[in-house]
Amino acid sequence: MTPDQLSTVVAEFLAAHDPAGERRQFLRDRFDAGLAWLHYPVGLGGLGLSRALQPAVDDAFARAGAPDNEPRRIGVGLGMAAPTVLRHGTDEQRKRYLRPLWTGEEVWCQLFSEPGAGSDLAGLATRAVRDGDGWIVNGQKVWTSQAHYARWGILLARTDPDLPKHQGLSFFICDMHAPGVQVRPLRQLTGEAEFNEIFLDGVRLDDSLRLGEVGEGWRVARTTLMHERVMIGGQAVPREGGPIANLARVWRERPQVRRPGLHDAVMQAWVRAEAIRLTGLRLRQQLAAGEPGPEGSAVKLSFAALIQDLTGLELEVLGGDGLRHDDWSMERDSAVDFLLRSPTHRFLRAKGTSIEGGTSEVLRGIIGERVLGLPPEPRSDVDIPWRELPR
Amino acid sequence: MAGAAEVSGELLYSAIEEELRSSVRGMLTDLCPPSAVLARVDGDEPVDLKLWRVLSKEMGLAGLAVPEEQGGGGASFREVAVVLEELGRAVAPVPYLGHAVVATATLLAAGQAALLRDVAVALAVPFSAFAYAPVAEQVSGVADALAADVLLVPRSDGLYAVPAAETVREPVVSLDETRRLCDVTIPSGVRGDLVVAGSGAVAAVEAGLVAGAALLASEQLGVAQWCLDTTVGYVRERYQFGRPVGSFQAVKHRLAEVWVSVAQARAVARYAASCVASSDPDTAVAASLAQAHCGPVAVAAAEACIQLHGGIGFTWEHPAHLYLKRAKASALALGTADRHRARLAELVDLPLH
Repeated sequence: MTPDQLSTVVAEFLAAHDPAGERRQFLRDRFDAGLAWLHYPVGLGGLGLSRALQPAVDDAFARAGAPDNEPRRIGVGLGMAAPTVLRHGTDEQRKRYLRPLWTGEEVWCQLFSEPGAGSDLAGLATRAVRDGDGWIVNGQKVWTSQAHYARWGILLARTDPDLPKHQGLSFFICDMHAPGVQVRPLRQLTGEAEFNEIFLDGVRLDDSLRLGEVGEGWRVARTTLMHERVMIGGQAVPREGGPIANLARVWRERPQVRRPGLHDAVMQAWVRAEAIRLTGLRLRQQLAAGEPGPEGSAVKLSFAALIQDLTGLELEVLGGDGLRHDDWSMERDSAVDFLLRSPTHRFLRAKGTSIEGGTSEVLRGIIGERVLGLPPEPRSDVDIPWRELPR
Repeated sequence: MAGAAEVSGELLYSAIEEELRSSVRGMLTDLCPPSAVLARVDGDEPVDLKLWRVLSKEMGLAGLAVPEEQGGGGASFREVAVVLEELGRAVAPVPYLGHAVVATATLLAAGQAALLRDVAVALAVPFSAFAYAPVAEQVSGVADALAADVLLVPRSDGLYAVPAAETVREPVVSLDETRRLCDVTIPSGVRGDLVVAGSGAVAAVEAGLVAGAALLASEQLGVAQWCLDTTVGYVRERYQFGRPVGSFQAVKHRLAEVWVSVAQARAVARYAASCVASSDPDTAVAASLAQAHCGPVAVAAAEACIQLHGGIGFTWEHPAHLYLKRAKASALALGTADRHRARLAELVDLPLH
């Protein structure tokens, strides 16, 4: 289908469906017309087209005043759960889960990290034990955003502790409404609680909620994690469109803060920001040309360091005003990008950027081994049963 | 702040550019191995004239950025940038930057590209020059002038073309002997021919310096890429404590950081070359960004190369020092990073005062 033919399909859809009508139904109809995510298969919200055609379609819907599916609210579902269900789910699972996921009727969360398994995710301890035609799950998960209003969670659990750690895992869709699932807010150093802790106490899951074969959980999870890195990889932004915007604005608006030492620091940050922006631009050009490069991990790594330095520098530029904070209350879930929050909030929240979605240390290891082909660290945890690993 | 338009693929390499790269790399592998460069820096012939002849005459790469109707190759500065990447990778001792970029951009801006035909030309300004400044009888630290036939001399009333043979060129013992500088004396009776007068001369020289700053980034990228590739190869093979030293996190992580900065330098250098090639209004920003970023990246890559090679990296026999010297000298050339940051501050309205 050419872009022109596609825009005709979109125009016909908009003519037949009132964007001002009932929101849920409109989104369901858009999904059924294959205009939700074009690169998905026909019948699952897509038309099997190139992902590159999506922005034009989204723009056309936005211009017509159509409701969107609030992508921020359902980011985990769109970015991680959906590609995993698509790739590893059965036909029934795809039919059952993808439509309400995309329309936002069912929110998804991710049940991966545990207090004892962060960077070493494959070492996780949450157990799923066979129980007739289902499974009984016990354990604790952490850093789960959107869990307090989620319907489903993608869950990685250990089904065989006698196998080496990567082999004994299975992947489940966790019913967040099942008895034994408890969601508690996890307060973070900014004072708010973006994330949750999840306690799983004798949770019974039907075997139809398993995604992929028993023992194949790690392979399934790699699909999820690959998409997580893509998600964090950065979107197209104009010059000064990213985190440098705040610092540049303060510098322009407040001549009284200008000092030579700070000036060169501001310009160094500006140069880094622009270099990272161009790297992201080049990455997208590579993707568009069908030759994706490994630069995504470079963008994630350098963006985290940049944003931490920038937000720290901004407080120095503000001087006395940098000593004032706006709010320490335990806000639950911010709808606002943290870069639009107060300077002190930005400074503090930025500390998470080099931890979430793969720590910078882990990323450097991945770049060293997978991109540069350097030899791996000697490991003592891959060939012995998970049960025998020191913890 | 106007963002640069997202032109599809401008930061990538075209198939033609990749072909060009592979033919230049193949030629350099044969004619300019590290051992030959090492031997040359110990000798009296700092410029590899044979290599320069192959590059400029046989391969016709000196005039790539000059339109065909003016006797050039009819390509653009994007292709010149690819050649520079490979020359940087080989620390090749040829006057390509001075002739094919600085002098060429100067003469293109002056509308006098025909002067480039069949001769090597260099702009007679200090290699550290950052902005237009008229020169007097003595010019110190000029790059790529030792092999030049013609020197472009900026005087207060205009830009002059002076036959190099009528000047005195005293070679300088240089930090980077793969691009040996010289002090030039122009005897008071030697005027040369006027190329362009008045403000046209200022504009032409500044165009040459900006193009030089922008395109030097591609050479720095090539230097950094060699340092990264060579070091990665070495730490995979070098065993200490019973394992390859590249398996240690301290080594691996430092190289990961070099790779990240080289990936960024590639985007920045490609953007700068693209801007010069298309006379983009953002060229001045792109050029200063290129030098503010890529100069330090190449230096850091060369420093990591020496450090991670350990003792062998500190020897004269290993070529790593050639890359360190090229990287550091390049970082001082055509404006240091801090000067370019100061210029950027003006260009993007983030003033000091």
